[in-house]
Amino acid sequence: MGLGLTFDVAHLLAGGLVLVSFLMITQHRLYALLNAFALQAVLLSLSVAWQAYVQHAPHLYVTAFIALVFKAIIVPVGLHRIIQRLGIHREIETVIGSGTTMLVGMGLVALSMTVMLKVTPGADPLAREDLAFALSVVLLGLLMMVSRRNAVSQVVGFMSLENGLVLAAAGARGMPLVVEISVAFSVLIAFFVIGVFLFRIRERFDTVDVQALDRFRGERR
Amino acid sequence: MTSVAFLLLCAAALLGVAVLAVACARAYAATPIVYGATLVITLAAAITSCATLVGLAAPAGLVLPIGLPWIGAHFRIDALAAFFLATVNVGGAAASLYALGYGQHEDEPHRVLPFFAAFLAGMNLVVLANDAFSYLLSWEFMSLASWALVIAHHHDPENRRAGFVYLIMAGIGTLALLLALGLLTGPDGNYTFEAIRAGTRTPLTAAIVLVLVLIGAGSKAGLVPLHAWLPLAHPAAPSHVSALMSGVMTKVAVYGFIRIVFDLAGSLPWWSGALVLAIGGLSAVLGVLQALMQDDTKRLLAYSTIENIGIVFIGLGLALAFRANGMEAAAALAMTAALLHVLNHSLFKSLLFFGAGAVLVATGERNMDRMGGLIHRMPVTSFLFLVGCTAISALPPLNGFVSEWLTFQAILLSPDLPQWALKVMVPAVGGLLALAAALAGATFVKTFGIAFLGRPRSNEAATAREVDRFSLAAMALVAMLCLITGIVPGYFVDAVTPITRQFTGGALPLQANLPWLTIMPAVVSGSSYNGLLVFLFIATSAMLAVWTIHRFASHAIRRGPAWDCGFPDASPLTQYSGSSFAQPVRRVFMARTSATHEEVTMPAPGDMQPARFSLVVSDPVWTWLYQPLAGAVEFASLHLNHLQFLTIRRYLSLVFFSLVALLLVLAIWS
Repeated sequence: MGLGLTFDVAHLLAGGLVLVSFLMITQHRLYALLNAFALQAVLLSLSVAWQAYVQHAPHLYVTAFIALVFKAIIVPVGLHRIIQRLGIHREIETVIGSGTTMLVGMGLVALSMTVMLKVTPGADPLAREDLAFALSVVLLGLLMMVSRRNAVSQVVGFMSLENGLVLAAAGARGMPLVVEISVAFSVLIAFFVIGVFLFRIRERFDTVDVQALDRFRGERR
Repeated sequence: MTSVAFLLLCAAALLGVAVLAVACARAYAATPIVYGATLVITLAAAITSCATLVGLAAPAGLVLPIGLPWIGAHFRIDALAAFFLATVNVGGAAASLYALGYGQHEDEPHRVLPFFAAFLAGMNLVVLANDAFSYLLSWEFMSLASWALVIAHHHDPENRRAGFVYLIMAGIGTLALLLALGLLTGPDGNYTFEAIRAGTRTPLTAAIVLVLVLIGAGSKAGLVPLHAWLPLAHPAAPSHVSALMSGVMTKVAVYGFIRIVFDLAGSLPWWSGALVLAIGGLSAVLGVLQALMQDDTKRLLAYSTIENIGIVFIGLGLALAFRANGMEAAAALAMTAALLHVLNHSLFKSLLFFGAGAVLVATGERNMDRMGGLIHRMPVTSFLFLVGCTAISALPPLNGFVSEWLTFQAILLSPDLPQWALKVMVPAVGGLLALAAALAGATFVKTFGIAFLGRPRSNEAATAREVDRFSLAAMALVAMLCLITGIVPGYFVDAVTPITRQFTGGALPLQANLPWLTIMPAVVSGSSYNGLLVFLFIATSAMLAVWTIHRFASHAIRRGPAWDCGFPDASPLTQYSGSSFAQPVRRVFMARTSATHEEVTMPAPGDMQPARFSLVVSDPVWTWLYQPLAGAVEFASLHLNHLQFLTIRRYLSLVFFSLVALLLVLAIWS
């Protein structure tokens, strides 16, 4: 198997991650958003598994497995249930129009490409592309957290940002398994905590729209 | 036992005394016990460090398994450390002896005793430290201990303000030193001074280090414009502590400067010397101008410390400039002058603060406009204070003259410097130094004349009594040291040659062998000074004059009425006052600055009220530097305050946009 195929498959999977990020930032319905997130997690685990195969690093298979179980199954299913119990599956929320969001997202991808290709001239080309895509996914996740009002979609934005981090770490050769596992667990714990908080917010304010929180803080001021 | 181990033991013993003092500070005998213990310990440490300096004990290093894990605390004593340890411990011993008497008048000894011992230990540890971590730790310990001493009399709001200002300045200084040592250490993280010395750094890094050290050590030493805390904090502390802070702690700061700039930072370009020279010259003149304006004796002495530190830094700047041009002998001369002035200033400034403290005990006054005539009631104190005034005014045969004369000798070598900027600048700084020396003379004529001569201006001054024997003994001891240093400076010049050889590569020729104890520092110029002969001449001619007058004119001491300008029975308040003495200089040098504000209120014709004259003297550094700075900080905090009350999404956006902005910067400029 030549370098060409290695490179192309890695490129395809990482590019797929960015593409799904774009899907997510324009997706207004919560269920569809969750499905896109699950798809991204599957792509991530494939990408990490491919890196494990290419780099002959068996511990990355564990990382891939963790990504698949936690992010593609447990977190989406959990969020599904939360949305059902909150009864907000019909809600549509935007702050910025999807066209604008797309344009901003494209700008961010261009920025991350420019930066990464510029600052890592000496690195392995595979790692360079991987890092550039990972930074795009991180920035798009942040963009999603900024452009949404619903707490659930902010959580999804956060998780997708974390996907970008894992992608970068897998491509960078040498992230220890311990770090990966602890990151995975911290994400899981963050998910639990956020879930509990979502219910508490809902109990108190009858909505998970974070603007209600702002109003409350405004009153106290 | 090596000398460094013994000195560390002394520091540990001082810390033990501090702990003991906490335990028994309220006991009746606590004051003599604590000061007696510090006296014995500092005397032992002084003897050890002197022995190390003259080569009787070998320089040595020691690593203790305390401090940072796996690194430990490194201590070492070399010639430079030995010299400064001797200065610190002689000053400490004199202050302890003085405090045996002075400390009896302390109302709250438990606020002074523990910190006094801890302060001495801190200063010893700073000089002994041989790695960046122990150095900074000891430095901060020294700062905090002295801060506690500044606010010992915390009931006075002035003292609390002084403590606050001091704490801020000490914090800024330590931060600057932390950054400087961090830059010197580099990314390897090896904190020992040996590793720092071996490292190489770019000229830009060296320049930043120099500026940071000037801020860090300069704020502690009292360089203009970072001197603002000295005139507040030094008077606030009890007098023996003022003597230590002004006479000794500023020297520890000078040690820090020499250690980092001359030793650790490697070779520096010539303009570093110019920078240090300029700051030194400015400090000398501005410090003494402010000193002349003061009516508070201790504040006056604190400002005079700024002047003397300026003189020391002029010497150090010259040494840097000469060293950068490979003129080793000239650099050695300049550095010798600076080091001797360090020693001399620590001696006569301690003496003067002791004297001011004695007057404070006897009259309860620090304002010299309420003293006067003390020479009749406190003759011994007056004589010793006069010795200190003569020394600090750089009059032969006392020690102040020697070091300032050596500094001038170094300045006279400046035409050999290749850079035109330095050729022009060094004589200008010499002019500043001459001006500072003349103004210092005026300052101490004023201090002695207003406080000790004339008629008493208050009841307290009229009923003052001579202070106790311990205080007098301490003052007499330090005055004797001033005289010895002035008469036989050759031995002291010889004692510092290992230091100049280590840091400038050159050394002055051996002085002790010259006939009649002459010193002849520069072989090229051939000028020489003989303190002993000057002393003998002054003593003989004075005795001869006294004998002639008494023999041929009159034996009797006559006491007549004070000259009253033709107005009989004038009030003592009509005498020349401190501010009237300073008025000509004030009008000439400070008339159109914001530093002084005179106001005359004349009553309307026919009005029986007296005319009023009011004078406000302020330090211009407050209006020009600190108030704008404080205003900027206040403005920024006021306008950044609403960042505390943003919504969650705004915070997220803030993170997002700053990240994107940083990436953009990277994309465009990298």
